[in-house]
Amino acid sequence: MKYNEVASNFGKMTRKERSKQTAVYTSIYVGLGLLVLISVVPFVLVMMNATRTGDAIVRSPLAIFPGDALRANWELLMNRTDIVRGFVNSSFVSITSTFLSAYFGALTAYGFYAYKFKGNKPLFVFIIVFLMVPPQLAFLGFYQFMANLGLVDTFIPLIVPMIANIGTIFFLRQYAEGVIPKTMLESARIDGAKELYIFHKIGVPMLMPGIATMSIFTFIGSWNNYLMARIMLNSPDKFTLPLQIANLRAGNLWVNNQGAIYLGLAITIVPIVLFFIIFSRYLVDSIAAGSVKG
Amino acid sequence: MGKKKSTVESKRAKYGYMFVAPMLIVFIVFSIYPILYTLYLSFTNFGGFLDPEWVGFDNYRRVLFQDPTFWESLVNTIRIWGINIVIQVGLAFVLIMVFSDLKYKIKGLRVFRILFYLPNLIAAASVALIFRLMLNTDYGLLNTFLLRINLISDSIRWLDGTMLAQISVANIQTWMWFGNSFILFMAAVQAVNKEVIESSVIDGAGRIQMMRHVKLPLIKPILIYVGVTSLIGGLQLFDVPYLITDGRGAPSGSLRTVIVYLFNQAFTYNNFGYASAIAFVLFIIVMIVSGLFVLIMKREDVRNFLDARKRKKAKL
Repeated sequence: MKYNEVASNFGKMTRKERSKQTAVYTSIYVGLGLLVLISVVPFVLVMMNATRTGDAIVRSPLAIFPGDALRANWELLMNRTDIVRGFVNSSFVSITSTFLSAYFGALTAYGFYAYKFKGNKPLFVFIIVFLMVPPQLAFLGFYQFMANLGLVDTFIPLIVPMIANIGTIFFLRQYAEGVIPKTMLESARIDGAKELYIFHKIGVPMLMPGIATMSIFTFIGSWNNYLMARIMLNSPDKFTLPLQIANLRAGNLWVNNQGAIYLGLAITIVPIVLFFIIFSRYLVDSIAAGSVKG
Repeated sequence: MGKKKSTVESKRAKYGYMFVAPMLIVFIVFSIYPILYTLYLSFTNFGGFLDPEWVGFDNYRRVLFQDPTFWESLVNTIRIWGINIVIQVGLAFVLIMVFSDLKYKIKGLRVFRILFYLPNLIAAASVALIFRLMLNTDYGLLNTFLLRINLISDSIRWLDGTMLAQISVANIQTWMWFGNSFILFMAAVQAVNKEVIESSVIDGAGRIQMMRHVKLPLIKPILIYVGVTSLIGGLQLFDVPYLITDGRGAPSGSLRTVIVYLFNQAFTYNNFGYASAIAFVLFIIVMIVSGLFVLIMKREDVRNFLDARKRKKAKL
């Protein structure tokens, strides 16, 4: 009662109470502001330093305004690594991965939801158990297997396994329960529609919000994937952005060419941040729903 | 009627298999088989070139009893995770206290959530490079800043001292993950009936008491979830410690996590068989942790259930 009264009776408060309240609010917002700074400053620095020369960065690393060396940095960066190529490779791998994960995730989830078949439940449980199994732990066997098949240094090991994206399947199977009424499928069948047609015309559209949510996370995960790409890809013209970035760290051009390195970082970070901000409303809610492994 | 319906359904069952089949094939080929193949390799002396030779439990004996480096790497991994999780959860707690306070209504939760989550979006490879630049002893931004505001008089060797390097990496992990924990905790607190919190205020509960007796029990399941998923992820920590120094765990092996060690055993020294055994030992450790997690969650459910029944009985 005490708190509610204070909150609603702001006008009746004594001056002392009011100034105390202002002080508390101020300190809370200052604290939150600091935390925002810590979260955001590295982003701002990367963007600003991408436009400044290495010398300028060393001389005044705290200046947070843009410089005029964007073009020079671009040329330096392209001398070290073909970042355009990396961008194309990363886009190709991430987009195909996301598409396969979305389509086959929906197909599998729908299959488990819409049909009664022998072994439906045990099979689903069996797959879900593998949500707990960290994929990292099998990467040596995976690598050797791919090497035996001659698939090292191709994109296939990075893309094709996404057909069996367990997290997506699990999420969409639960999601289907709430959004696809089985009677609707039944009446489509009475109208003579084929099963695959029903999936495409009813299943996919109804699952779409769920598919979109999971796709955003698949895309981010794929775009940022380092370890698998590091193991599977050898030739520089196949490198994805995280590999190119990791390679920039080597070499002794650090001080003078810092600006170019920051530009490379900016190129990998900007698309994903834009992507996130556009979809942030859906994302935050689905993180909160715990649907995404953290 | 019932019989007819079931025959139609069983006819339709073949579509179930057809829809699930592509995924199942890929799953068996690209997930199950590699796991079994890793298991097989762990019992051989495979070095990457010659045919693997069966060596029984030799690799496991070596991991468990003859390789102090493995245990050091496990201790490093757990230490980095431990420092990180304490700060991360502590910070998230303070934030939920701030945002769920009844007296002081703090605005902008939606925006803050997004801003705090941003660090989680960047590839760990980029994070490692950014902090490698920022934490550089001589010209890094952090030292320059601290020197300029006269907070320190000598440059701090953030990534050169063993303990300090671990603390630095732990804090980078915190930076990446605290927004995620905050979002999860906040969702748990918001899911609660507001009346529960308000009535506890009427009962005269202060902020700390309310945190302990009302909010903490509410977020306990999610706290366990965050703790365990972060431990499972933390045990596999690789990108940042691998990329932020020399890739072998410098300084003095302090950033050699289990996966960094495993990676180097496999791809630097070509000890694939031995590295596979390390992978499986880590796998078993992760499974034990997950199992304990399930047990704790189950016990929690049982207790909640019993409590609810007791209360019901008391009412009657």
